[in-house]
Amino acid sequence: MANLILGAVITGILTGGVYALMASGLTLIFGVMEIINIAQGALVILGAYLSYWLQANYHVDILIGLLITMPIMFFLGVAIEWVFIRPLKINRTMLSILVTFAIAMIIEGVLTNRVGADYVELNAWYVNASFKIGNYYLPYIYVFGFVLSVILLIGLYLLLYRTKFGYSLRASMQNRTAAELIGIDIERVSAITFGIGVALAAAGGVAFGATNLFNPGSHYDLISRLLVIIVLGGLGSLRGALIASIAMLVIGDVTAVVWSPVWSSTVFFIVLVAVLVIRPQGLFGQTEGRKQ
Amino acid sequence: MKVFRIVFPLVLLAAFIAFPFVFTDPATTTVAVFTLFFAAAGVGWNIFSGYTGYIALGHAVYFGIGAYAMALLCQDWNIQPGYAPFFLLPLVGLIAAAFSVFFGWIALRTRRHTFVVITIATFFIMQLMAYNLRAITNGSAGISLPIPFDWTADFFNIPFYFVALAILVLAFIASWWIHNSKYGLGLLAIRDDEDRALGLGVNTGPFKLIAFVISAFFVGMVGGLHAYFNSSIFPPFAFDALFDVAIALMAFLGGLGTLYGPILGALILVPAQQYLTVQAGSSGYNLIMYGVIFLVIILLLPEGILPTISKRWNRWRASRNRAEATPDIVTSPGAENSVAVESSGKGVEQ
Repeated sequence: MANLILGAVITGILTGGVYALMASGLTLIFGVMEIINIAQGALVILGAYLSYWLQANYHVDILIGLLITMPIMFFLGVAIEWVFIRPLKINRTMLSILVTFAIAMIIEGVLTNRVGADYVELNAWYVNASFKIGNYYLPYIYVFGFVLSVILLIGLYLLLYRTKFGYSLRASMQNRTAAELIGIDIERVSAITFGIGVALAAAGGVAFGATNLFNPGSHYDLISRLLVIIVLGGLGSLRGALIASIAMLVIGDVTAVVWSPVWSSTVFFIVLVAVLVIRPQGLFGQTEGRKQ
Repeated sequence: MKVFRIVFPLVLLAAFIAFPFVFTDPATTTVAVFTLFFAAAGVGWNIFSGYTGYIALGHAVYFGIGAYAMALLCQDWNIQPGYAPFFLLPLVGLIAAAFSVFFGWIALRTRRHTFVVITIATFFIMQLMAYNLRAITNGSAGISLPIPFDWTADFFNIPFYFVALAILVLAFIASWWIHNSKYGLGLLAIRDDEDRALGLGVNTGPFKLIAFVISAFFVGMVGGLHAYFNSSIFPPFAFDALFDVAIALMAFLGGLGTLYGPILGALILVPAQQYLTVQAGSSGYNLIMYGVIFLVIILLLPEGILPTISKRWNRWRASRNRAEATPDIVTSPGAENSVAVESSGKGVEQ
């Protein structure tokens, strides 16, 4: 039993890294633009399908395929921001939730129409091969997915804290109006941020698609988990998103081992409710001030 | 205008009552029944989300609880098919309302985005519960309800139509009363500036929670009625993510926070949705079309139909007044934001 729990903790941490990748995109978009991108789950699935398609038709390895899919998804994100988010002038917060939900439905519809509703899984040599730690077998993909997440998150960190664009982005996160006043082109920052968030979704999609069966409808489950993660961590907090993803996945996996897999998602949600009763702003969120 | 305010809903009601006698085709009345389901749920939802500005995207929870409450009550009390299940509806609504006290209490500790996300999370919790609590809900196998076999195909929709209409009328009266009461004024104050409302002595916490529970009551009744109409329930249909956004979209299309907005939205969208589902089938086109309609509505009419019309109307009237050239007439300062002004004006009359 102890061994099983240890194994669950390890897989929880490794898959938690992947969720951290997807959730950081979501929380970054929220931080800069104050909108919740409900389409993030659908974009993860879209990224997974793009990799699947590249591999099936051109035999591109799924991880190398990211070099192609991530730029495509980046531009898709910029386009979505430009066409659908930017025109929202009044009641932006709430309308953007509905708009991104509509985008999620369209993506799901297009995917259902093109590839059907059958479940698929991404494949590569490292998806099925595994190695042994103690007496626990761990598939390589979990480690590869985790390493991929760490590399991209370090890249994100460097972008945010070591570049001029990062300064503008963080300034916009702190105070959108003030950032605009000191001459930051906030619309450009918003578009690029949205693109980065969506590109991170694509990367998360590969790791997700290689460890889970998915179909176009899988995004509901995914977005519910991602929303829980970013709310638990505190909206707009990257550190919160990282810690919350790993905590949630470890809790879920341990529940699956000691109780039953069907309850792991429920426990996931109950932890959220319990935390919010005590800390309505999430673990690392700032108390919402008065907004005029 | 005053007479119009009383006559118009009565005319509308008469039209609704006459409808099934004019169009007797079961296919048409089925669409009409669904329209009334959504109109009633939308008016209920609007009492909370429209008036307070808190957009709840988890009211499918109360729809689902209503559906399961109906099914389980029918099962446990061995209710015979026929008119008897309709009398359970108030109880079903109360059960949904009881759940909403707890969920509302948690969700309303937060504001804005966090609130929206928590309502979505409660939705997923309850959907998972419906799958997992097999002892109660029978899991994904679902529960069947009594089927009124002695109602002919031509007649079957009629009782459901009128019961749904009754719920809609009740919800509308509640919405009307709240809209014109001091309580409703408090809700609108919360929507406009919650902190200031609190500072001025609006008891925001209980105000919001009461509106939340009232809206859950109506949505729960619709859920129970819908379950009986379909005569079986399954977790994905009782707790349907599309329902969450469908009622929000209807209210947005018609005009969020207006009395007639959700009804108008339902009248437009439900027939469109039913038509698309029939035309497009399950190959994903229906989702695409629905998403596109969604986007078009929000990008072109972000305020909804009724507020846009009333704004145009006010502007036209203001310009006509100006044309009559009495320079000391000040154009109404509320023309920019007619909804809020209209509602606060009514509050003053009281």
